[in-house]
Amino acid sequence: MNLDEILKDAEREFAAAASLPILDQVKARYLGKSGAIPSQMKTLGALPAEERKAAGARINQAKDQVETLLRGRRDAIQAAELERQLAAESLDVTLPGRGEAVAGLHPVTRTMQRIEALFASIGFEVADGPEIETDFYNFTALNIPENHPARAMHDTFYLEGGNLLRTHTSPVQVHYMQNFMKLAGSPQAFLSPSGGERHEAAISGGESLPPIRIIAPGRVYRCDSDVTHTPMFHQVEGLWVDESVSFADLKGILTDFMARFFERDNLPVRFRPSFFPFTEPSAEMDIGCVICEGAGCRVCSHTGWLEVLGCGMVHPNVFGHVGIDAERYQGFAFGLGVERLAMLRYGVDDLRLFFENDMRFLKQFA
Amino acid sequence: MQFSEAWLRSLVNPALNTQQLGHLLTMAGLEVEAIEPVAPAFSQVVVAEILSAEKHPNADRLHICQVNVGQQQPLTIVCGAPNARAGLKTACALVGAVLPGVPPLQIKPAKVRGMESFGMLCSSKELGLVGAGFASVAGIMELSSDAVVGQPLRQWLNLDDSLITLKLTPNRGDCLSLNGIAREVAALADTLLTPVDCTPVVATGDATHLVSIEAEAACPHYCGRVIRGTDAAASTPPWMVERLERSGLRAIHPVVDVTNYVLLELGQPMHAFDLAKLHGGIRVRWAKAGEPLVLLSDQTINLEEDVLAIADDSGALALAGIMGGASSAVADATADIFLEAAHFTPDAIAGRARRYGLSTDSSHRFERGVDPALPSRAMERATRLILDICGGECGPVIEAGPGVAIRAPIVFRPARGRRLLGVNLSDGVMRGILQRLDLRVVGEGDAWSVSVPSHRFDLNGEVDLIEEIARVHGYDAIPPVAPRGQTHMLPAREGKRTQHDLKKLMAARGYQEIITYSFISADLDKEFRATGVALPLLNPIASQMGVMRGSLMGGLIQTLKHNLNHGQERLRLFEIGRAFLAAYADAQPLHAAGLAFGTVHDEQWGESSRGVDFFDIKADVEALAYPLSVAFAPTEHPALHPGQCARVNLDGVDAGWIGALHPRLVQNHGLAKAPILFELDLSALLGGRAPRYQSVPSLPAVRRDIAVVVDEKQSVSALLNAVRAAMPALVSDFTLFDVYQGKGVEQGKKSLAFKMLLQHTEKTLTDSEIELAVQEVVGILGYQFNASLRR
Repeated sequence: MNLDEILKDAEREFAAAASLPILDQVKARYLGKSGAIPSQMKTLGALPAEERKAAGARINQAKDQVETLLRGRRDAIQAAELERQLAAESLDVTLPGRGEAVAGLHPVTRTMQRIEALFASIGFEVADGPEIETDFYNFTALNIPENHPARAMHDTFYLEGGNLLRTHTSPVQVHYMQNFMKLAGSPQAFLSPSGGERHEAAISGGESLPPIRIIAPGRVYRCDSDVTHTPMFHQVEGLWVDESVSFADLKGILTDFMARFFERDNLPVRFRPSFFPFTEPSAEMDIGCVICEGAGCRVCSHTGWLEVLGCGMVHPNVFGHVGIDAERYQGFAFGLGVERLAMLRYGVDDLRLFFENDMRFLKQFA
Repeated sequence: MQFSEAWLRSLVNPALNTQQLGHLLTMAGLEVEAIEPVAPAFSQVVVAEILSAEKHPNADRLHICQVNVGQQQPLTIVCGAPNARAGLKTACALVGAVLPGVPPLQIKPAKVRGMESFGMLCSSKELGLVGAGFASVAGIMELSSDAVVGQPLRQWLNLDDSLITLKLTPNRGDCLSLNGIAREVAALADTLLTPVDCTPVVATGDATHLVSIEAEAACPHYCGRVIRGTDAAASTPPWMVERLERSGLRAIHPVVDVTNYVLLELGQPMHAFDLAKLHGGIRVRWAKAGEPLVLLSDQTINLEEDVLAIADDSGALALAGIMGGASSAVADATADIFLEAAHFTPDAIAGRARRYGLSTDSSHRFERGVDPALPSRAMERATRLILDICGGECGPVIEAGPGVAIRAPIVFRPARGRRLLGVNLSDGVMRGILQRLDLRVVGEGDAWSVSVPSHRFDLNGEVDLIEEIARVHGYDAIPPVAPRGQTHMLPAREGKRTQHDLKKLMAARGYQEIITYSFISADLDKEFRATGVALPLLNPIASQMGVMRGSLMGGLIQTLKHNLNHGQERLRLFEIGRAFLAAYADAQPLHAAGLAFGTVHDEQWGESSRGVDFFDIKADVEALAYPLSVAFAPTEHPALHPGQCARVNLDGVDAGWIGALHPRLVQNHGLAKAPILFELDLSALLGGRAPRYQSVPSLPAVRRDIAVVVDEKQSVSALLNAVRAAMPALVSDFTLFDVYQGKGVEQGKKSLAFKMLLQHTEKTLTDSEIELAVQEVVGILGYQFNASLRR
């Protein structure tokens, strides 16, 4: 058999091989030990010495050609097999994913996290206090003596033994300032503006440094239940005490807060004189209605304004109850209703939904 | 407090329209809750007199009236009202008039059953005059006989007036009167106030009555006066009726109406006794325990010793400062009266009315405080009005009590005002504001002495004066500033997690956050409370909300049931909130609790569905606890299945429970299967630790698996703990990967398969070293747990 025929046969047989194992068998017939090409090599010995070199070169050339044919065929088969595999393995990628779906947070939590984050960005720390309170913390220490008409504004739940459910988060102010002063050792040492003493006191107390800058989110309770009242709701209390924190600062912070909370740079606000026994001066803050943009709607009772929080400068009597020198230090406090802000922010029109915990409601806030 | 704008304007009339006046009040802290016109808009309606009313020839019920509307010729008007009659003064809408309605009704000449009619006689309803002050008679309006024919009706009835309602804060008792509001408006708008005429009325008789005060601290001043021979037939003049009605009060009796009028006008509650019904002198004293009193409202109450009474020899006559009694009340036939205008301190009145379920105009004022200088003025004002309206002769004013001490002046430092408000107001501006409020300012320089008039009993300290300055200057006129202060970074404890971190983690694992009420029913609390005592509320909203929860599990179960009833089938819920173990501050720990019910995953393709079980949720608890070390030990909990309940231990501290709901409760709550619940102490969960680097081994670990057979009751964690405690140095990890019971394993036993990783930090382990370590572990298991190697 001459080399041309061998090559022709190899080409035909390679092309006929449908898979790599078959191709390997075919390959053996040409390149194996007793295959066609090595067989040709073996014939060289019988040739005259002067022809041997040229004949050897021809055989080697033919071998290269067979190998090239083989490689080509191998690549083609591999490519075809990959094609087949890809086709076989292709998925309907539009089928839904499997496993556990992510759930969401309660809208009140969402709102509180938002409030906390905004105040944390200017250095307010989160403080906490008990929900079953004593009369002292809920009222007396906040300058609301017994029989004060302001108590009638707080429909209070009572427990046996004279304790009560806190009607507002303001008692946290008192707890915090009391602990603060206790840690400080003495008011002078802790709050003195001369740095050295203050640092030492703070280090020995291991807690916050002055100024006092806290917010206190949490549950509060009032004995009232109708379309616009639930017996439990949430407030966030804020307090900043320092040597010169003023009413103008109060206006500045809260104006900033409302604009950031509602993401409206030019949100109109106004402050009206009001009355809270634990602040003086006291104010109610209104914002321009975020539902109707001030045009007048049901939510704002057609006034264009929404009452959103109460605030004021901490009353000296409150400082007196916690042992802070009211001549030297001053500050502001505010309290806002979380559900109210959540309703305005998310367009919820029924307060009671927050505590029904219906998944069809809650899942909207995920 | 509701009042007529026109009445207010009779006392002070700033150049402001109604809306501007409302804004002024609101922005000064007297919040205007509502402004409503007395009458809707209508025009060309005049006072008319029916000159004649004849029957319509073609209709039984119609009258043809000749009506004088003040023009040269009477008008012919056909009217169907039954009360259309000659001589009646009524309201007539002229041709061209527009009456209220949707759409407004325009009056045109008309032909009614063949008769020409030029206008319309109106009922109060047709004019939109409904509600207080407009008696509704069948038919057209009946005006008083002195009504001026031709005068616009709006003018005659003062209909161009508004009702203003203020929502007053409790400190502003001084504004619970027209005079008080007018005084405030005068100061705010810097205009003149027309004073109410309270000049003394000279006694025309000498009748007097004994008054003694036995509780001078509670009643420091009492004014009384006898008026004899009032005309029982007198009636309250229309102007007074109108003002009373526009303030929400009905006219009752001329004398009572005068006391009510003075209360509204000046803010001094008064009371009139029928002199003939008094037995002996008036005594102001504390009530005797159980003393009975029949109130004006006919309610009978038994008094308590801390209630102040007005009494005579027969017993208690009235609840001082709250309500009079029935036995001494003025009635239609009353001729001689005894008038009372007294000052009661807030402490003596506050809370008492509420105790008896009462809330009166009088108690509302005394609880907030009344100007102690008012009784004398109010007495003169009321006397004059009664004499004018009812006649009679008055005796001298009877005075009792030491009076109210004049308060010491307040020290005011203008610099303090500027510092607190953060605005640079000049001394002059501040002084001017204080003076406009009738405060007397003495002194110059750094500290002024400010005397407060008796009606501003709410002003007691320097900060109160600062608020007054801010209020009158206008809160809006204080520019907001971005605060400056010392800045300190907040502590950022890497070894601590926050509540919010945990909430996000739970939500990411498919648990929906809920917030349930902190109070639940006593039954539910009993079912789920594992520690502490029941804490009932004394005044719950409802019995289902009667007890503070001792566990969060009850709320989870209720939420589960609510949602199952609303079509949900699979729920994962969690809540973070307080549980209440006792009523003191440290016994209200925050808990984190979760519930899982239904299938392990939402129904989905390609996976066979199975119900969630204990170990699915245990993995969630472990994830929640990570990186704390967490251990579980069998235990019991009142609400959980005794065989599927574990105590959860976090970093060595018992921190809560996990388990399946007890079958008894599954049945009680009508559930198809048992939810898995957990409840953990939040403070324990919030722990964590900042990472600490350990060197990474450079050589690969070798894995060996072993399977052992142990008693089926054997706790697996005991095996794991024992091996981990005694672990040969080479073993770096030892974990369970299979539990098997069934074919090939003896009855009552179970097979446990463990994965063991062996690692040396510096060298490659030899086979014999590996074999030795495996033998050591097998030895521990065999020795301590009677475990046999499974072949």
